[in-house]
Amino acid sequence: MMIRPYGDTLNDGAVQMSFTLPVAHSAKADEAAILYTKKLGFKEVEVVHSNPLSDEFTFFVVYGKTDISIDYDKVEVEEVEKSLDFYGVNNFIKENIKRNIVVVGACSGSDAHTVGIDAIMNMKGFDQHYGLERYPMIDAFNLGAQIPNEDLIKKAVELNADAILISQIVTQKEVHIQNLTNFIELLEAEGLRSKMVVCAGGPRIGNKLALELGYDAGFGRGTYPEDVASFIVEKMHERGVNN
Amino acid sequence: MTKSKLNLDANKIAKARELSKQIAAPVQKYIEKHTTVAIERSTLRMIGADGIDSDGVPIPNKIVNQIGENICYGATKYYINALLKKGLTPDELNKEIGNGLDITKLDFVDFSYIEEKAKELVETFATKVKANVAYREEKVNKYKEAENSPLLYLIVATGNIYEDVKQAQAAAKQGADVIAVIRTTGQSLLDFVPYGPTTEGFGGTYATQENFKIMRKALDETGEATGKYIRLVNYCSGLCMPEIAVMGALERLDMMLNDSMYGILFRDINMYRTFVDQKFSRMINSFAGIVINSGEDNYLTTSDAVEKAYTVTASQFINERFAYESGLPAKLMGLGHAFEMNPDIKNGFLLEMAQAQMASEIFPEAPLKYMPPTKYMTGDIFKGLAMNTLFNFIAKSTNQGILLLGMLTEAIHTPFMQDRFLGVANAKYVLNNIADFSDDIEYKKDGIMQTRARTVLDETIEFLEEINKVDLFEAIEGKMFAEISRPKNGGKGLEGVAEKAADYYNPFYTYLENELNIAKGN
Repeated sequence: MMIRPYGDTLNDGAVQMSFTLPVAHSAKADEAAILYTKKLGFKEVEVVHSNPLSDEFTFFVVYGKTDISIDYDKVEVEEVEKSLDFYGVNNFIKENIKRNIVVVGACSGSDAHTVGIDAIMNMKGFDQHYGLERYPMIDAFNLGAQIPNEDLIKKAVELNADAILISQIVTQKEVHIQNLTNFIELLEAEGLRSKMVVCAGGPRIGNKLALELGYDAGFGRGTYPEDVASFIVEKMHERGVNN
Repeated sequence: MTKSKLNLDANKIAKARELSKQIAAPVQKYIEKHTTVAIERSTLRMIGADGIDSDGVPIPNKIVNQIGENICYGATKYYINALLKKGLTPDELNKEIGNGLDITKLDFVDFSYIEEKAKELVETFATKVKANVAYREEKVNKYKEAENSPLLYLIVATGNIYEDVKQAQAAAKQGADVIAVIRTTGQSLLDFVPYGPTTEGFGGTYATQENFKIMRKALDETGEATGKYIRLVNYCSGLCMPEIAVMGALERLDMMLNDSMYGILFRDINMYRTFVDQKFSRMINSFAGIVINSGEDNYLTTSDAVEKAYTVTASQFINERFAYESGLPAKLMGLGHAFEMNPDIKNGFLLEMAQAQMASEIFPEAPLKYMPPTKYMTGDIFKGLAMNTLFNFIAKSTNQGILLLGMLTEAIHTPFMQDRFLGVANAKYVLNNIADFSDDIEYKKDGIMQTRARTVLDETIEFLEEINKVDLFEAIEGKMFAEISRPKNGGKGLEGVAEKAADYYNPFYTYLENELNIAKGN
């Protein structure tokens, strides 16, 4: 089935657009907006509104019609695994785990850069994505920077942690690999590895590397708090953790 | 002043103020007995300590590190002593310190010389700041007519100060009265202020004195060209609250985001550190005529705006109290709140309007800062624009002082140039179209809005009573604010707090206390 945008008649191909051009507002600018929209492949182009934004910029509202259509039957989508959002994570915990979960995070070893762990854990979060501290169903403890691995484990035990997050920003001379490996070895020696969800994060840490090192997951650049939270709660559920 | 629409009980308002005073009292006691590394660095900056060494360490940090535990005596006397001993100007001394001079190793001159020199240095600082205040007053008065009411506040956040300048100038030309330069993520957690002009940041631009200067100059130019005084905003929050205040005072910023508890709750900065720092920062802001903006909107992005409305009002009372304790007059208190109710709520608009009107009646002289919807903004820009229109309507009809313009593309991307234009156009339409609505309207007696305001005020008093039962430190630890617990000795920056010695010396602090008429020891 071939389809096109619908205005008020099937297959009329009507599209509304708005954009800014870096030129002063004038009749010439309006004409430029029309010609540009035609170049995009539209016909019957109309600038219905234009307005100066400054001496050098003009804003346009434009309508046009297009002949381009698409065969809807040939559209395929890949089902991507989407993280739960803030509300989704909290509801998931309420429904499936039925108690608050405890997450402990730190920049362990010699790393003094808390920007990553803070972005994930601080209330404020970053880029409009709330940090784990803001999740009502998560008790989040951000221990900060330069926490020895031994202390991190001790604290996690004390707090009855369900998950541990380790952030590593500094990767000079592969110092992060040594530190991350050391942490997992200590955790295994204490017999705690299987009791906790353990994640590594940092700009140069990918999921593949983390899995190789014995972590449950690795989170790199572009990770938001809800990505980490979703992973933790789903992993806990998968392992049959409750109460 | 317009007469009350909500018919609030004046005794209850007075009671909430009294409770806030009681809540703040033990905190003030603590504040008086302590100094912090940030306060000492601020004082050094007031004297003239500035610049960085070859490793990029700011000179004020270097000095405070040299002094170490002895900051309990105040850093001032070490620096002034070095000026006298070496016979140098502050600029020359900064260079020497940058090259490795340890000023704590110098013998002390007679203290009377230090006191005498201090007088001169305090005067130099005060003269500069007073000139800034006078300049601002003159321009504000001259261009009063061109100003919007409420003031229209727009944000730029490119990370590059030179790009920020372009966007800020365009925004000012489009009609903004106030430009805020968003700070780069995480600067609030740095225990130093970066130096020089910066061109890289994440989600914002570093707050540095040079960046302040660059933006100030640009906005003054645009202001003169458009016949307006364009106000400049930055962030006086985090671990360097008072230092940023000094820079703002020197570079003539006009507003500062400056909350007494925001850093504790939302940035996990130690509570003792924050309380001690916020006072000095507010003293400086007050002296420099800078309007503070408090951060109550943050409570509502965490908690439900209907259920937890009282936390906003309570925080406004507490912020007001701490501001008064710092000598800050009501006309400089941009107490915050936000339009964050779920748009699906029946009569949500009435509840929002009652809340905004209540703030305006309780704090009639304060230029209230009203924040736009963010939490329930989606990719539906058309719905977003409609929500922003209702938000603008409430801002104008309840006499808010500062209107942070909503962006229809909130939750999608940092604003395009056209998004800001549409934000300004929307606000201007509403401001003009309902210009005298507030004067012309009364609220129904015991109607939805009056009842709502009464309920929230009652809940506020109840909440303040609960806080007062334990004390503010315990209340914060006990999760009473923003549903988060902050342990008294937890968070960042506690190691930077020091108890003052009996002969602690800070002539700048004392000068400001006198100038601002701050009563001590109550």
